[in-house]
Amino acid sequence: MTAPKLPNARRSAWIGQSVPRLEDRPLVAGLGRFVADLNRPRQLHARIVRSAHACGRIAEIDTSDALAIPGVTVWTAETLGDVPRIPFRATRISGLEPYVQPILAVERVRYVGEPVAVVFAEDPYVAEDATELVMVDIDEDVAPILDARAKPGEFLPGIGSEPTVVRKGYGDVEAAFAAAAHVVELDLATGRHSGIPMEPRGALADWDAGRQHLDLWGATKRPHWNRDRLAEIFGLSPTQIDLHEPHVGGGFGIRGELYPEDLLVCLGAMRLGRPVKWIEDRREHMMAANHSREQQHLIRAAVDTDGRILAIDETLHHDQGAYVRTHGARVADMSIGLLLGPYRVPAYAARAHFRLTAKTPAATYRAPGRFEGSFVRERLMDAIAQRLEMDPLELRRRNFIRADEMPFERGLTALESEVVLDSGDYDGLLSKALEFCGWSDMHAKAAKRRADGEAVGVGLGFFVEKSGLGPSELVRMSVATDGSIEIVTGAASLGQGMETAIAQIAADTLGADYRTCRVIHGQTARIDHGWGAHASRVTVMTGEATRRAATELKDRALDMAAELLDTEITYLVLDDGLATDTATGHSVTLAEIVKALDPVSPKRGHRTPGLTAEAWFHNTHMNYPYGAHIAMVAVDRDTGRTSVERYAISYDVGRAVNPAMIEGQIMGGLAQGLGGALLEEFRYDEDGQPLSVTFADYLMPTSAEMPEVAIQILQDAPSPLNPLGLKGSGEAGVTAAGAAIAAAVDDALQRPGLVKRLPVTPQYLHARIAEYDAERGQ
Amino acid sequence: MKPAPFAYYRPTSLEDAAARLAEGVDDGAMILAGGQSLVPMMALRVAYPSELIDLNVLPDLGTPFIDGTALVVPALTRHASFHKADPAFGVTGRMMAEVVRHIAHYPIRQRGTFCGSLAHADPSSEWALTANVLGAELELLSTRGTRRVPIADWCDGAMSTTREPDEILVATHLPLLSETTRTGFCEISRRAGDFALGMALVAIEVQGDTITAARVGLGGIEDAPRRIAEAEAELIGQPATPDTFAKAADAAMAVVEAMGDATTPPEYRRDLAGTVIRRALAQAIA
Ligand SMILES: Cc1cc2nc3c(=O)[nH]c(=O)nc-3n(C[C@H](O)[C@H](O)[C@H](O)COP(=O)(O)OP(=O)(O)OC[C@H]3O[C@@H](n4cnc5c(N)ncnc54)[C@H](O)[C@@H]3O)c2cc1C
Repeated sequence: MTAPKLPNARRSAWIGQSVPRLEDRPLVAGLGRFVADLNRPRQLHARIVRSAHACGRIAEIDTSDALAIPGVTVWTAETLGDVPRIPFRATRISGLEPYVQPILAVERVRYVGEPVAVVFAEDPYVAEDATELVMVDIDEDVAPILDARAKPGEFLPGIGSEPTVVRKGYGDVEAAFAAAAHVVELDLATGRHSGIPMEPRGALADWDAGRQHLDLWGATKRPHWNRDRLAEIFGLSPTQIDLHEPHVGGGFGIRGELYPEDLLVCLGAMRLGRPVKWIEDRREHMMAANHSREQQHLIRAAVDTDGRILAIDETLHHDQGAYVRTHGARVADMSIGLLLGPYRVPAYAARAHFRLTAKTPAATYRAPGRFEGSFVRERLMDAIAQRLEMDPLELRRRNFIRADEMPFERGLTALESEVVLDSGDYDGLLSKALEFCGWSDMHAKAAKRRADGEAVGVGLGFFVEKSGLGPSELVRMSVATDGSIEIVTGAASLGQGMETAIAQIAADTLGADYRTCRVIHGQTARIDHGWGAHASRVTVMTGEATRRAATELKDRALDMAAELLDTEITYLVLDDGLATDTATGHSVTLAEIVKALDPVSPKRGHRTPGLTAEAWFHNTHMNYPYGAHIAMVAVDRDTGRTSVERYAISYDVGRAVNPAMIEGQIMGGLAQGLGGALLEEFRYDEDGQPLSVTFADYLMPTSAEMPEVAIQILQDAPSPLNPLGLKGSGEAGVTAAGAAIAAAVDDALQRPGLVKRLPVTPQYLHARIAEYDAERGQ
Repeated sequence: MKPAPFAYYRPTSLEDAAARLAEGVDDGAMILAGGQSLVPMMALRVAYPSELIDLNVLPDLGTPFIDGTALVVPALTRHASFHKADPAFGVTGRMMAEVVRHIAHYPIRQRGTFCGSLAHADPSSEWALTANVLGAELELLSTRGTRRVPIADWCDGAMSTTREPDEILVATHLPLLSETTRTGFCEISRRAGDFALGMALVAIEVQGDTITAARVGLGGIEDAPRRIAEAEAELIGQPATPDTFAKAADAAMAVVEAMGDATTPPEYRRDLAGTVIRRALAQAIA
């Protein structure tokens, strides 16, 4: 018996539709509840006393004036007693343990902004008054190290400030360089910048002494990992701690890791017997939340006469800041593990010097390692093309890994997994991207304007992203008696639209309206396992787990429906919440099916009561979406100011669940990418004082700086690693922005190889043009 | 970023405000105008006023008006008052409508005041530059009476003026430009709405092809905005051509004492001085 055809087009075909986001209503209606909106009766407010010095020995902390204010409690490392330091996620890289951060500085301070004491008070104003009265006397005994390339110093007696050197590679690099027709070498750098969510961090903890139970609101991203670490640190069982994710005003990789403040808030609640709330202010955020990106790259390529790369050799210096945080050395590791992007490189040797400096500690920020690496690799490709007098696009095509070579084993690892490029047609995407943006027309226009005296140029950056990081995700999906659907996942939402995407996959697979789905996330009390929201993984990992759960639910729903309609499953279609017998036209709703499955329903028979299914998805490999950024810029020769006039991004996402949301992800990411390319930088003076602690000094792009952007979403290379072919899209807007802008600025000023560091500020460009022309005797 | 405790006072008149200021100034009482500089400084705890004397509660201090040949800008005139050029203010009004767009962002311009900007004396204040080019006089009130200070004697360094601590800037008097004046303004900042890295405001008279009068003001480059006489001298009696403008720009670059900071070296600002002067002059004759 063959299954009957659908009578009409399926109404539940949600995957691929740009449907409105489920999460928008409360946000646009002002009904969102962010951590600052939450309050507990009798709560205290915490405020952190931060180091004003980059480096030195703590001589004395005098808390007496602060303690004189009624209701104020002050803790220093000494009064806090022995609390374990904040751990990092284990990787194969060893030796990082001595460098993890204490929750309050012990003996030494190591960066401006480091927590040295915590104040608890009845209200946040009093708390801030009291922190000003805590006198911290620092003996600046050694000069701060502020350059990751400077000679390492001592972190502790006998323990140096280079925790590790990560090495990766394969093939005979030396032989390749010896045989090369050309060797091209570049010395490049990316500035220190990071995620600046609109909502700063915050935490609210409540300890129920009767139940011996801790609740923590705020920290999101990795709720289960955080819960388990908190349990270890406090000597509790994970069952005694619940983490709750409220609405979140952006994460970008930096929010939701365990920071000193999260632990201080929990300890405050447990020891003082009152709920404790802490809300970060913007200036604190700029010196306390994770920084990212600051790296120096010395990269060399061995190339043959046809422009084919024979080998790449890379030496990276990663400026980690003062401590190792929860990511360990992942950014340095990923930077060299994923550096090669789309190109075939027969031999490769890379070493990443992971070095501590007297700055705010660093970790991942949207497209970690890839923003930096794409800048470096694409600069290198342009430099090779220049050396060989070849068209830079042709050079790229010659070195692209071909579609028929997929899956392609790199022979490298990143994020603890083997890098195996799962699918992709790089050459094909490049052709589509050029056509989409009108490449030749853009070039012609730029050339014409240059002839008229302007400095206008076009640049391209090609990139390979990674997404769908495992290892696992679990979903529990249930249909309630009213036919509405609940999907519980241990993944998290940082506002990226995961509720909608997961609802679309669930509803499409089951045959229901996506608006009847409610996605529960970031609540450790609701599900035992979860890996959170990072690494562009949620749509892939939770998405596939959801598809599996929905498939099982559908089978069980139809089994019951067949009996209710007195027919066979093969005649049934489930669409829009209705199981219909295509032979008779009779139907039952999901609600009726669930009621029939009630534990005491006589119709249930021997079927499992209710309509709930759990499904796991395990994944040992990441998948690799890819794309191109193309920028057109105009540079003001006199001032060095760059304005981005047009921007196009082509991106192959494998399978687009919600194209409008993907465009939104890419657009938002691009704003951050352009920030890193042109504007944003955490700067320090020679004493290690941070110079960028307000929005007047740390310049984020505003709508006025955003160009006209065109986004092309392609689905030519679905991932073979999951049945829907899903790949992630969270980071694609950032990845090659630095690369494309650098190339466009070079082109605008007709000075190949001009841009060597990001961000390309007017001041940098002004000085760099003079240096460039002097080098070439112009 | 929560301010330290402070008292708040609602004066009944400017005289009452001056009396209150005289009383409290030694303890740290301060005038609150638009609050767009003072309040962020309080939140960052770099300003600790003991008391804020809030001029915003006083009536009739908001609207600029013509008095003889001067435009009078009272203490509570917001930046936004100049968004649309009042025809009665002639060339001066049109020039200020061009300049005002470069001050901060729209919401900030609804609160921040012209006089507050002069009192605050940021080196990149557009209004301080404007006041210099127009030859403003500042009217100050204290319990000792009123006095007038010419703009040239006002700023004595970055964020520092010759105002006595107990004085209130009650109005700024801006002599109107003649209707044949041509003006040009050029500002370079990192992003739209940021404080200027450098800016020039010029007002010139051209007869035939020859420049007969010239004022060249420069802001954001030195620690206070001012007119650059050396640049003006290069213009007067010369043809209004790019060559002449370049000479004026060079003359300015030769004399300015450009500020430097960790982000922007003085060489950058010196070059920028030339660029903004050239462009402002080109705009004036365009
Ligand atoms: C994001 C941002 C961007 C900005 N960009 C610019 C810019 O590009 N250009 C620019 O010029 N400004 C800029 N500003 C500053 C803004 O223009 C302020 O409004 C202005 O500097 C101060 O005016 P105010 O009325 O707000 O003064 P307030 O903030 O109320 O006061 C500032 C100081 O002046 C004193 N004061 C104010 N009025 C008087 C008075 N009548 N008599 C005596 N003392 C007085 C106060 O006591 C205080 O010390 C910016 C501000 C922000 C927040």
